Parts: sequence; C-alpha cells; structure tokens
Amino acid sequence: MIDSIDLSLVNWSRGQFALTAYYHWLFVPLTLGLSFILAFMETLYVRTGDEKWKSITKFWMTLFGINFAIGVATGIILEFEFGTNWSNYSWFVGDIFGAPLAIEGIMAFFLESTFLAVMFFGWNKISKKWHLASTWLVAIGASLSAVWILVANAWMQHPIGMHFNPETARNEMINFWEILFSPVAVTKVLHTTTSGFVLAAVFVVGISSWYLLKKREILLARRSIMVAAIFGILSSIFLIWTGDESTRQIVHVQPMKLAAIEGLYHGQEGTGLVVIGILSQSEEDPEYENKKDFSFRIEIPKFLSYMAFGRSDAFVPGIIDLIEGNEERGIISSAEKMERGKYAREVLREMKDAKAADDFVSYEARKAKFIDPGFQENYFRYFGYGFIDEPDQLIPNVPLLFYSFHLMVGLGFYFLVFFILAIIMVYRDTLIRRRGFLRLAIWTIPLAYLANLLGWTVAEVGRQPWVIQDLMPTFAAVSRIDAGMVQVTFWLFAAIFTTLAIAEVRIMIKQIKLGPKEGRE
Amino acid sequence: MFGNLSHLALQQYWWVLIAFLASMLIFLMFVQGGQTLIFTLGKKSVHKTMLVNALGRKWEFTFTTLVTFGGAFFASFPLFYACSFGGAYWVWMAILFCFIIQAIAYEFRSKPGNFLGQKTYDVFLLINGALGPILIGTAVGTFFNGSMFSVNEYNQSRWEVSSYGLEAVLNWHNLALGLTVFFLARLLGIMYFIRNIEDEELVRKCRRQLLCNAIPFLVFFIAFTIRLLVMKGFAYDPDTYTVSFENFKYLHNFLAMPLVLFLFIAGVVLVLFSLYKALLKESINGFYWGGTGTVLVVFSLLLVAGLNNTCYYPSIYDLQSSLHIENSSSSHYTLTVLSYVSLLFPVVLAYIYLAWNAINKKKIDAEEMKGETHVY
Repeated sequence: MIDSIDLSLVNWSRGQFALTAYYHWLFVPLTLGLSFILAFMETLYVRTGDEKWKSITKFWMTLFGINFAIGVATGIILEFEFGTNWSNYSWFVGDIFGAPLAIEGIMAFFLESTFLAVMFFGWNKISKKWHLASTWLVAIGASLSAVWILVANAWMQHPIGMHFNPETARNEMINFWEILFSPVAVTKVLHTTTSGFVLAAVFVVGISSWYLLKKREILLARRSIMVAAIFGILSSIFLIWTGDESTRQIVHVQPMKLAAIEGLYHGQEGTGLVVIGILSQSEEDPEYENKKDFSFRIEIPKFLSYMAFGRSDAFVPGIIDLIEGNEERGIISSAEKMERGKYAREVLREMKDAKAADDFVSYEARKAKFIDPGFQENYFRYFGYGFIDEPDQLIPNVPLLFYSFHLMVGLGFYFLVFFILAIIMVYRDTLIRRRGFLRLAIWTIPLAYLANLLGWTVAEVGRQPWVIQDLMPTFAAVSRIDAGMVQVTFWLFAAIFTTLAIAEVRIMIKQIKLGPKEGRE
Repeated sequence: MFGNLSHLALQQYWWVLIAFLASMLIFLMFVQGGQTLIFTLGKKSVHKTMLVNALGRKWEFTFTTLVTFGGAFFASFPLFYACSFGGAYWVWMAILFCFIIQAIAYEFRSKPGNFLGQKTYDVFLLINGALGPILIGTAVGTFFNGSMFSVNEYNQSRWEVSSYGLEAVLNWHNLALGLTVFFLARLLGIMYFIRNIEDEELVRKCRRQLLCNAIPFLVFFIAFTIRLLVMKGFAYDPDTYTVSFENFKYLHNFLAMPLVLFLFIAGVVLVLFSLYKALLKESINGFYWGGTGTVLVVFSLLLVAGLNNTCYYPSIYDLQSSLHIENSSSSHYTLTVLSYVSLLFPVVLAYIYLAWNAINKKKIDAEEMKGETHVY
C-alpha cells in the first residue's frame, strides 16, 4: 500500500498544512468570540434603546469584518488541502471525515454568510429585531462551523463509530451519533470554541484599555470592558474545566500525548503533576533520540494520577512503558503493535492479490478473516503501526509539547485572574487610574493569541506520528505528487498570508486609532 | 426514509445535489463576472464604488457555495476528491489562490491604513473574476474529456503526467467551457448591475457591454455544446463496472433522460430570453431569467455527465480507473446520513431568499454610498 514515501514531500506537506492552520487560527478565534460580544452589545441596544450601544456595536463590527475576511480566505485552503496534499487520507477516511465538512457548509457557512450581509448592510433596511436576530445568527453560524470541523478533528484523534471495509480499502461510518457525541469531540468543541471566546474577550478588554490610557472613548471602553470581562470570566472557567476534562480523556485515548506533554518517561503509581519544569538538553538517551529528562521541575505530588483516573495512587504510563510495553500493566510494546499492524496489512495485500488473480476462494477466505471481530480487535486496531519502521518514530516532540502545554495552561489561569481583576476595577470605577493594568491588558492580547496557537500545537504535534490515531501515520496519508510542487505552494502561501496578515493588522490598528467617531462608523 | 433507498438511489440523489450545487455556483459567479468589469465600467470613482458595493454584498454566497460544493463532493464522492484534488494540483491551487485574494479584497480595499493600496485589491478582484470562472469551467470540462490519472487496487490515486492538471487547459473543449463560463459570468454580472444599481449613465454603459460579451459567450457555448453532442463518451457496465467508449454518449444521455433534455433546452431558452430582454427591451429583470437559465443548463449538463451509466471523471490514462457514481461514492450509511442533512437545503434557500430581498429591495445609488456605514 504506500511502500516508498518521499519524506521531503511529507515534511513540506505537513509544513504547508501547519502554516495554513496556524494562519487560519490566528483569525478564527476572534471571529468566534467577537460575534457573540457583538450579539450581547446589540441586544443591550435593542433592549435599552440607548444609541450609544448601537455605536459601540458598530465599532466592534467594523473590526469583526476586517478580521472575518482573512479568516475566510485562509479557511478555504484548509478544506481543499485535505484533497490536494492528503489524497490517500481523503480516501482512507473520506467516508467519515467528509461528512462533517459537508454538514459544516450546509448548516453553518450559509447561515453565517447570509446573515453577515444582513448584519453589515441591514441597519437601515430592516427592523431592529430582524437585525438583532441576524447578528445572533452570525454568531451561532460561526460557532456551528467550528463545531463540525472540530468534530472531524476529534475523530482523527479518537476514531470511533466506523469499521474498515477491506474491499474498498477504507474506513466507513457505521454510527454518526457516536462520532458526533464522542466525549472527545464534545470536549474538543467546547474547549476550542471557548478558547476563541476568551481571546475575543481579551482583545476587547485590551483595545478598550488602550482608549482608557489615551483618555478617549471612555464610555465605549468602559461598557466594552464590562461586557467582555463578564464574557471572559465565564468563558475562562469553562475553558479550564474543559481543558481538565480533555486531559482526563487523553490518558485513555492518546496516552503517548499525555506522557509527552508531561515529560513523563517512566510510568508510576501516584504520578505528580509538573507545574513548572525545564527539560535537559544534554542528557540524551542514545536509544531514543527524542528523550529529554528534566533538569528542574516543581510538581504537585500524585496530582496527575488523580486528574487522569480520579485516584491518587493510579498508574500513569510513561513514554518508555508505551514503547517497550509493560506486561504488569497490560501495555503492549510498540514492537508487538508494529508486528500486528504489519500482519493486518499483509492480510489485506493477500486479499487484493487474490482478487487480482481471480482466486475467489482465497479472496473470500482472507476477506472473512479481515472482517472477523477478533482480527479487527487484535490486528486491524494496530493497522497504522504496520507502516512504522522504528519505535522511536512513535514518540512526538517532547520538549515542544511539554513547554507548549504548560505555557498554555499557565496562560489559561492567568486570563481568568485578569478578567476578574478587570471586572472588579470596573465596578469600583478605578480602572482608568490603574495605568499599569491597562498596559498589561494591551500586552495580554498577544498572549491570548499565543495560548491559542500553543493549544493547537499540543493537539496536533501531540498526536504525531498519527494523522488518524493508530490507523494511519501522517506520512502514509500524503498525496503522490512532487515535493518541489509543495515547496512552491508553501512559499506562495507563506508570502501571501504574511502580506495579508500585515495588511490586516495595519488596517485594524488604523481603525482602532480612528475610533468610532472619526472612523467610517 | 433515506435508509430504505438502495445504494444506487442514494448515489444518484447525491449526484443530483452535486449538480445543483455546481449550477448554483456557476450562477453565483455573476460576482466574478462583475468583478472583471469594474475597471471597464467604473471609470468614475462613484461608479466603481457602486459596482464594488453591489457585488460586495453577494461575494460571500459564491465563496460559501464553492466551499459547500467542495465539502459535499468530498463527503459523497471521496474518491473524486482524492483523485482530482490530489492530482490536478496546479489547477486547484490556482483556483484557491484566486479565491484567497478575493476574500480580503472587498473588506480591505477602501479601509484606511491599507498599505497595498486600493488598486492592488481591485486587481485582486479582477484576477479572481477572470481566472476563477475560466479555471473552474476548464476543470468541469475534464468531466467530459477525461484526465491523466490512475487508481490502484487500494483506491489510491496518482496523476500520471508531470503537468499535474495544467494539461486540461490544452484541450480546446475544456477551455471552451471555461470561456463560456467566463463570458456567462460577465453577462450575469452586467444584468445584476442593471437590476440593482440606480444610475442612468452606468446602466447605459452596462447595456453596451452586454452585446460585447453575448457574442463570444454564444460562440464558445455553441462550440462546446456541438462537440459535446457528437463526441465519444465514457460509459460503464453497471454489472461489471467495465468502462468503455461509447459514440455520441452525451447525446444518448440527453435522449435517455428527456426531462434532463427539457431542462437543458429550457435553460438555454431562458438565457437567450434574458439577453433579448436586456438588450432589446431594456428590461431590468434579465438577471433573474438569465440566472434561472444558467442554473438549469449547468444542472442538466452535470446530470448528463454523471447519470445513465456514465463516468463523470474519466481517466484517459487508464480507462478502468475512471470514476463513476457507483465506484467513487461514500457508503450507504454515510450517504443516508448526508441525505437527512440535505433536507436543510430548502431552509437554507428560504433564508437566503429572505436575506437577499431584504438587502436588495432598494437599488444602490450614489446617495446610499455616501450615507452607508459599511462601504467597500
């Protein structure tokens, strides 16, 4: 099935997808969160009749529009890259993965785009309530689109609700509801969308703080901070809760990811949770080049065991346990999984050879063997391991994951404290005097973007080498094209996205400086 | 309901939906067609502003339909997605680049602090408007003329020529379809301006442009259609899936599906009628006649491409690798799930209709451009 793979092609394809995804996720979280903030503000306008709220809503709507356009531009690429760069993947799981993308288009994109036009151009053309409904529908549409793509992503991390059809050589959906309501999917949807809400809340508080520092647009700033900070507190609490839930799930469905983000090499009972740590760069294990030990760490004793299993003495497997196996704990070694995976691939190959040779007896026998539940559970389950040559390939980049995860978690808690302080100062009417806090609020904006990108780094780098957990490694998913072609498009995308991102930031800054009065409002 | 249908019935149902989405996409390319005219018609600043804003309120529909078309094709016929997108790399990448630059052009072009300058974004709109329809039309042309790919026993595809899709442009029949779509999009764009802009001088200029675009449109459309009706097509045996050439395949398909033939003829008549109304009767409603006609023609062409045991994505490298609705679709279960979701289409169309009317009930004029808070 994929016998010779050009690693350069794989790396450039991964690079291109990562580039597109990172750029896309620079803009989408703000769209997700700001759309709801607009809806809250316009609701206040409609309920109170206060024209100031309308002016505030329209100001933020202008920034929303600038950001939305570039999010859309980067989003279209992502969808089509599944085909252009990952065509083997597109067939291998297209029966399952394609459905959320189609539903996203039908259910969410049309809703969002249709009412976006009404939201921008309908102020003087339709009634207040009609307009308010449009703004809410844009927010709901934006979040709905996120729901479907995140369900698809969650399925890649934890493939369920399907079976493998050896005749078509692909995975096929057998239970849509299991995919949609998989706990991993539910958590991912909630965690990722609320991360967007938090980012948008930080953005609004940060920009409003700039106005307060400049002693401009005081009413707009105070009201915006009030709405955004309340939204931010609720979202942050939800974000931390779903993040915790996500970690609890990872230990079961992606134990290697958990071990990597915690830098846990040797599993043990009563494992502590590393709060702060520095990984050594000098003590490399010659057997595992990705292995890095701690040179310094502060941990909460037994807390990782408690978080993961609800028991402080529970065993949490480490990277070495997962690679070498741990008979006592019932963990199969990666070498054994690789053997089983290779055997599953071999049976499939024999089945295909028998069909090509018109040997129907042999074909039927192998097909029956392949679809046997015992074979599925003991061999096909490790199908992806059959592509792996060295166990070391199964260890993701530990330092990148460890630091990304810990920084992301730290920032998540920081945002909660930040919003609480902001709301206290608003209620005490001291915010405008707290210039240090106002400056901090501005600098918190890039931190929110950083936290979002770190989150995706943890999710996507953490599951390597898999594109579909345990079933398909990334390198087997790639389209059979020339690496040079992908290099060309990579650099083109890099150039155009960077240029457009610079343009977007400049336009946004200019619009903020103009403010609601002097701008195009 | 859908669960009781046969796999073939679901495959046909989804091909019909794909054809419908494709027809809506081509109709909505009036936005692209209009974009190619902003320099020609918008010599005066106020005219250009009205043209761009008239289109700017609709560009998202085209964009969204393209994305939904891609998603629906992926979900219902994933092998096409893998073969075409993973092989005709350059063509699809060129199409994507066209659409990236469109998405930001409207929102950024007139904003203060825009360091690329308004003209750059107008050029982006021009590029998107010209290349988008031509490339998409050319890509659809390969549905009839075939492509150079192969599919192995694991259904993994490979493009077999190093031009990776660019070779499609060298086939005059593909290109004729691309240029037909291009000029049709311009015609629809012009009729959209006539319908939605209140400015005598501008509307007069639009009407002058109609004839200039109607002639090449008719030339390319007739050339494409005649060739389509006389060419060999790619048929498959529904029992063995063996693919073979069949003379006059698409003509046979029209004759075998009289309703489709009727839709095609009705569509052609409506497009011609719209041109007659707009050119000779100075009607402002040509856009709706032309739009309906476009939907019917494209819809029927796609049906002819994929139904009646026809390979909708033929391989001219290895005939047996050709894709048809039966060997490239999703499973029965997935198509059933998707079919239930498709019941939302009427709801989507209903709210699009409502929103469209709400925004377009009053024509755009110079006064509105001065008072509007969100101007492109």
